[in-house]
Amino acid sequence: MSTAAMGKRSFGAVLWDYMTTVDHKKIAHLYLAGGGFFFILGGIEALIIRIQLIKPENDFISAGFYNEVITMHGTTMIFLAAMPMMIGLMNAAMPLQIGARDVAFPFVNALSFWLFFFGGILLNISFLTGGAPDAGWTSYASLAMQSPGHGVDYYVAGLQIAGAGTLMGGINFLATIVTMRAPGMTYMRMPLFSWATFVTSILILFAFPPLTINLFLLMFDRMFDTAFFNVALGGNTIIYQHLFWIFGHPEVYILILPFFGLFSDIFSTFSRKRLFGYTAMVFATMLIAFLGFMVWAHHMFTVGLGPVANSIFAVGTMAIAVPTGIKIFNWLLTMWGGQVTINSAMLWALGFIPSFTIGGVTGVMLGSAVADYQYHDTYFVIAHFHYVIVGGSVFGIFAGLHYWWPKMFGRVLNETLGKWTFWLFFIGFHLTFFIQHFLGLMGMPRRYWVFLHDQGLELGNLISSVGAFFMGVASIIFVYNIIYTAIKEEKAEADPWDGRTLEWTVSSPPPYYNFEQLPLVRGLDPLWIEKMEGDGTVPPGEPLDDVHMPNGSILPLLMGLGFFIAGFGFIYQDGQGSLWYLALYGGMAFAIGCMVVRSLKDDYGYYIPKEELQKALEGEAK
Amino acid sequence: MTNEVNTEQAELLRRKKSKDEMKKQLISFGMMIVFTLISFGLVAVGTIERMYILPILFVMAIVQAGFQFYYFMHLKDRDHEMPATFIYGGVWAGFLTLAGLMVISWW
Repeated sequence: MSTAAMGKRSFGAVLWDYMTTVDHKKIAHLYLAGGGFFFILGGIEALIIRIQLIKPENDFISAGFYNEVITMHGTTMIFLAAMPMMIGLMNAAMPLQIGARDVAFPFVNALSFWLFFFGGILLNISFLTGGAPDAGWTSYASLAMQSPGHGVDYYVAGLQIAGAGTLMGGINFLATIVTMRAPGMTYMRMPLFSWATFVTSILILFAFPPLTINLFLLMFDRMFDTAFFNVALGGNTIIYQHLFWIFGHPEVYILILPFFGLFSDIFSTFSRKRLFGYTAMVFATMLIAFLGFMVWAHHMFTVGLGPVANSIFAVGTMAIAVPTGIKIFNWLLTMWGGQVTINSAMLWALGFIPSFTIGGVTGVMLGSAVADYQYHDTYFVIAHFHYVIVGGSVFGIFAGLHYWWPKMFGRVLNETLGKWTFWLFFIGFHLTFFIQHFLGLMGMPRRYWVFLHDQGLELGNLISSVGAFFMGVASIIFVYNIIYTAIKEEKAEADPWDGRTLEWTVSSPPPYYNFEQLPLVRGLDPLWIEKMEGDGTVPPGEPLDDVHMPNGSILPLLMGLGFFIAGFGFIYQDGQGSLWYLALYGGMAFAIGCMVVRSLKDDYGYYIPKEELQKALEGEAK
Repeated sequence: MTNEVNTEQAELLRRKKSKDEMKKQLISFGMMIVFTLISFGLVAVGTIERMYILPILFVMAIVQAGFQFYYFMHLKDRDHEMPATFIYGGVWAGFLTLAGLMVISWW
């Protein structure tokens, strides 16, 4: 009903609706659209890198621009593409999975999105204003302090704004899962994706503050001449690396854990079996998160921490392979003896297992401190982390989009096009990155603008570049699939996959209040239990009553805009005249003013009357 | 009728509770100020050796943090297991970070 109504509304009305929305389902759409946009940007940057490296001593782009492109490719893909799309999927599915009507703080949810959006735009504007950041996605202080121009300042300001949004999102999801589970939905009955969202949010809560501090310290050093990282003035440049990886290593798990949860749900749904070893899966997830905080220095083996520190961190790193192995075996055993359906979502999940395992194996190789001296800063590392991030997170994003597309947009994505996307991307991915292991072992260093003739690197790089275009074509087919599905495909039913969890009990897409009555959960996989033992519908866990809903608001967008303007002020305040101070103080005042308005103006939301819900229930019964 | 009496009683109970709560808050607030004054005083007087002052300051800082968590942030109240888990998780993450930096970079 709501989609039909939306189709008739003017474009302006829809736009205004999305700009002011606090509904988790619409914020999910925004996150996916924003993340998708930056994914395309990062993909174009990847293609530029691969064209530059298609033959020896190529001069497709200049050396300086190459540095900007590799920096922006990494930063964009991790902070602006993978994480937002992941948070988008969490927003779309998690409240439905635990039987909640929204997240705990809908207003903060909208603010999270707009901060990410404006931070990402701010970062990318640097391309147009005389040079993007060029100190690598890690932006190590020793390099970043030397970088001329304002590129690194854009990095600091953009990531600071986007990072604040992510931190708020993590806190929001934690509060939601702790306080808003449906009646009967105990922790140990939550679907694995919700569990993974919970654990990931803990990681975000503890990992992002070090990044915030680090970015502030770098900002003070660059803009206000402090000396935290300036060795000449008694600072310590290694502290930046430590703080970065204290954030950065948990960040890797932030990128992968939600998809571990998602794949668990997909495997159990499409094998028509309960997840094998549910309890073990939950505790393996927690164990990975716990260990993830104690291994950051394995990124710094060659810094010179000494043999004792290196050994401790090497052992810790290898220990993480144990819970990850538990997960891989549990997925295999979930499929064992099940009625396996292979469709696009399942293909991505099946492709993930070998791809990610290869990445895990090279991870253990890199975790060995002695061997790492050989691999460090070569293409072997590039191959390793693309195997885990693309083979894990990007495959996961595609799987999640196929799996929840009907729930999010009311239509099942076209299967034929979906399979084309998968096979082209899968082949392209392995073409691009498998050969890079060997390029790395042959000694090709990462981040170099050119490689030379007659060093045996020509063929490998050519194969790698060809593979990148396969992935590019696959992504274009996926975009075409989205458009094709929106125009040609049939409306999806509530439960197109014969699902097991609560999100499949509501219509596709769900009504804006999600549940007329919160569901009563009788065990793990509540919908499946009712299909097997009950009448196939999950019983209500509360009497029908008025439902309290939050009002929409434009304030989150305005706050984001304020920080965006202030960001420019901070970047250019260095001796460029009073105009930029105007932006700095004006932007901050505007953002803080919006916060004051939000705090002082009481907004009690509104109630959906019982009668309307009654009507909706009767409509469903027919 | 009985309903009204009940709400009145509940209201009285609530007021008494919040009064007690306020008293505890004020006491811990006062103690924290005293602790701070003692800390500054110890350093200002300067007669005690650094070796002895440091542990004393540490202990008083930990007690103040305890006041902060248990009284101002209500960790002592019922149903605060989850916030407590997160706070101690955060303390653990912070401890690891500092320990790591102390041991490998500054030692």
